[in-house]
Amino acid sequence: MNTTAQVLEKNRNRILELWMQNQLSEASLRDDLMTSEELQRQSQDMLDALLRAISKENYGNIYAQEFEQVTDTLRDISITRARQGFSPRETGAYVLSLKKALSEILVEERAEDPTTLYKELIAINNLLDNLSIVTFETFIKGREEVILRQTDEISEISTPVIRVWDGILALPIIGTLDSARTQIVMENLLQEIVNTGSNIAILDISGVPAVDSLVAQHLIKTVSATRLMGAECIISGIRAEIAQTIVHLGIDLSNIKTKASLASALQLAFSMTNLEVRRSEKKLGLNFSR
Amino acid sequence: MIVMSKDTMEIVREQDVVPFRNRVREFCTRIGMSLVNQTKLITAASELVRNMLKYANGGEVLLEIVSQNAKTGVRLTFTDQGPGISDIALAMRDGFSTGRSLGLGLPGTKRLVNEFDLKSQPGQGTTVTVIHWKHGR
Repeated sequence: MNTTAQVLEKNRNRILELWMQNQLSEASLRDDLMTSEELQRQSQDMLDALLRAISKENYGNIYAQEFEQVTDTLRDISITRARQGFSPRETGAYVLSLKKALSEILVEERAEDPTTLYKELIAINNLLDNLSIVTFETFIKGREEVILRQTDEISEISTPVIRVWDGILALPIIGTLDSARTQIVMENLLQEIVNTGSNIAILDISGVPAVDSLVAQHLIKTVSATRLMGAECIISGIRAEIAQTIVHLGIDLSNIKTKASLASALQLAFSMTNLEVRRSEKKLGLNFSR
Repeated sequence: MIVMSKDTMEIVREQDVVPFRNRVREFCTRIGMSLVNQTKLITAASELVRNMLKYANGGEVLLEIVSQNAKTGVRLTFTDQGPGISDIALAMRDGFSTGRSLGLGLPGTKRLVNEFDLKSQPGQGTTVTVIHWKHGR
């Protein structure tokens, strides 16, 4: 009697045909994201790899060496799909519709031998269930990569350096300062000091929800680095509750210039650069002189 | 002491710090704690949770609303299975750090909260319990 692998190998073309039919009839098929030729090619590769793998009669352990190519292809496919924006259902249906095709062929071929059919169906089912787990793992990993990339992008755009006056830079920090973010803040600030030749930088922490010792340490480092570049740094936006916590924690910020608001920091910056902001005297209008 | 409501939260990576702080804030607002006391407790919690991540690769925090002698407060219990602290007196000293930080985390936390308790056995992890009352005393 032929083994399962031989039976399936003999029906390779029919399996592919059935599988494609299953996929194309799926209501959720996204022909906007992938052409049917591409799908056909992908499925062909996948089926070839699978049939080669099961020719060793191993249905249980998908981490065995002969399955390497199958899982690799599958991971490839699901990670591409995750990035292209396929839904989990669409990605899952890819493997599960193959299971349907394989089962149909086996039912036809083993019509007169139910015992073998039963065993084979269980084996094939287990195998494809495991493969669909691999698909999901990879799909979710692909999505997580997208999220991580977005996190990076957010931390990059959320640290703008603003030139508020000739020679005065302001840097509003919003959200939590962690090591990675401080690195970006520091790099942006130092670069901008070089670019604009500024000598005063105002770090505004009004948008930082809590200042613990790690955040304070990062702030102190940023201030020291700014000083090394020959610029002076003012920290503004220290709210009353933050001031109390900093004192209780025992953080020494006494040799750093700090202000409660950005406005007072700007005023300090003006006086440090010998600038003065005055209300201009109104010119007397004609009405008054009369 | 009566426990009125409790919740646990697992801390495994740095990204858990912000949701955890929001959780603590939620507990504080539930008992009507003032902004200054809230900030104190949140900062203390943030210190302890960072320690847990840095030295013990994470752990678990138990958040509770407790009541004693007509006072309400928030109790946080930080438990980890890390290397433990061999010299607690030294670790509680200002400016001492094995991790090149400011060395203010533990002593600062103790100053920020009303009640502070640290238990640790080298090799068996560390448990820190802090309580902050609604009116800060």
